[in-house]
Amino acid sequence: MIETRNLTIRAGAFCLQDVNILIPSGAYGVVMGKTGSGKTTLLEAICGLKQVISGRILFEGQDITDQKPAGRGIGFVPQDGALFETMTVRRHLEFAVRLRRWPKAEIDHRVGQLANMLEIDHLLDRKPPGLSGGERQRVALGRALSFRPANLCLDEPLSALDDETRDQMIALLKRVQRETGVTALHVTHNQREADALADVRVQIVDGVARMQSGNLVRSPSAD
Amino acid sequence: MSENQSASRPVPDMPSGAEPLATGWRPPRTDRLFVIGLCILGGSYIVFILSLLAADVYFIAGTNENIAGLLASDEIRYSIKLSLVSCTVTTILSLWIATPIGYIMSRYNFRGKNLVDAILDIPIVLPPLVIGLSLLILFRQTFVKHLDDVFPIALHIPAVIIAQFSVACAFAVRTLRTTFDEIPLRREQVALTLGCSRSQAFWSVVLPEARRGMLTAATMAWARALGEFGPILIFAGSTPLRTEVLSLSVHMQYAAGRLDAAVVVSLMMIVIALAVLILFRVFVGGSLSPK
Repeated sequence: MIETRNLTIRAGAFCLQDVNILIPSGAYGVVMGKTGSGKTTLLEAICGLKQVISGRILFEGQDITDQKPAGRGIGFVPQDGALFETMTVRRHLEFAVRLRRWPKAEIDHRVGQLANMLEIDHLLDRKPPGLSGGERQRVALGRALSFRPANLCLDEPLSALDDETRDQMIALLKRVQRETGVTALHVTHNQREADALADVRVQIVDGVARMQSGNLVRSPSAD
Repeated sequence: MSENQSASRPVPDMPSGAEPLATGWRPPRTDRLFVIGLCILGGSYIVFILSLLAADVYFIAGTNENIAGLLASDEIRYSIKLSLVSCTVTTILSLWIATPIGYIMSRYNFRGKNLVDAILDIPIVLPPLVIGLSLLILFRQTFVKHLDDVFPIALHIPAVIIAQFSVACAFAVRTLRTTFDEIPLRREQVALTLGCSRSQAFWSVVLPEARRGMLTAATMAWARALGEFGPILIFAGSTPLRTEVLSLSVHMQYAAGRLDAAVVVSLMMIVIALAVLILFRVFVGGSLSPK
């Protein structure tokens, strides 16, 4: 569950004020708003990459506002994937769990599981240069999910993809979110993406974020 | 208005399907002239550099100087050894200091950053002789002089390295700052969300991606150090078999009126520099080809 209470963040020249959102556990939240409305800033604050002026951020009811990004246990998929150019795809999937000192057998099992789920088995020994846009986003998604976070933030992950790849990725995101039960918060300005994915919607207009009803508010056990 | 006059005026918005207006414009046939122009202007500099080298070689070919004897002399052999060692130490020191400075200047905003930026450029813009003089004055100050009494610096080998470092490091800082600027901050931020501390993100994500930039910075620092002359002459002196590096050897031979010997040593510097830079690129960078 991702929750913000009276959150105020500086976003460039203006402020996002009193942001109160609640994405229930296992739900897919979509944040919509115009370019420059502060969508990404909200996501950065939730991930711990942007300092908040006031208000609280809670995961599963726990206040994590003052925790460093590393301690929040949240997966982050940025707009362009932000892959590590010198590492193989396998190393990307291992990165977070190696830091957590998982046993080697567990790491290998997890890499196989993610590669299978995201259909990137054939890319494991390749490095980011040369991967297509869709492949890069699959790897970024796998890297973010590798350590089994309860929450996942996606910052316009499909914005650079062609229509066909975008549709494939939308289907993949729905399937992956259902299989992992992760609570997702997805930023986009694309209505089609929001219609296809959103259980819960947040609309940002003129520095104010408003919760809207989504397609359905699904409980984690519904699937 | 006559019919001819109206026909000579192009209409901005031509209706689709209409005949092209007779404006006299033709699509360009070829870009050959542009490319030839680029090649002439760029190539002239390459030819100029090669001419310098060719002139030196031609000059040496006609000289009576005992080249083998000169190269085998203790002074020149010491000078080669000191140049190679001091340049390598300077390069390592420069990277050691320039990496954190370049990273801080690229990633952090703080009050007075522009001033710090300007200070970092001082060794680049100051005349080399001024740097040498400043070093000499600094090491005559009481508090530093005590250190100099215990651990001799001025007019000794450490002075050579400090004189080379004072300029080479500034160039390494510039190169590394650009390198870090080109590595997106997002990658580091993702590493933080995956569980890294800032230090872990730096070592495991940023530094491997900065490898080529570090290689360029090292190459530049090494080359600058080899070519350094003024600060070494003033701060370290040019004592044979003590502080004489190759650039000083050229100067000393020239000052003694031995132009032939000065040119021989110069050519040797060029050969050594090229060999080291090529080896450096092949062994550290992995390839000579651009990527």
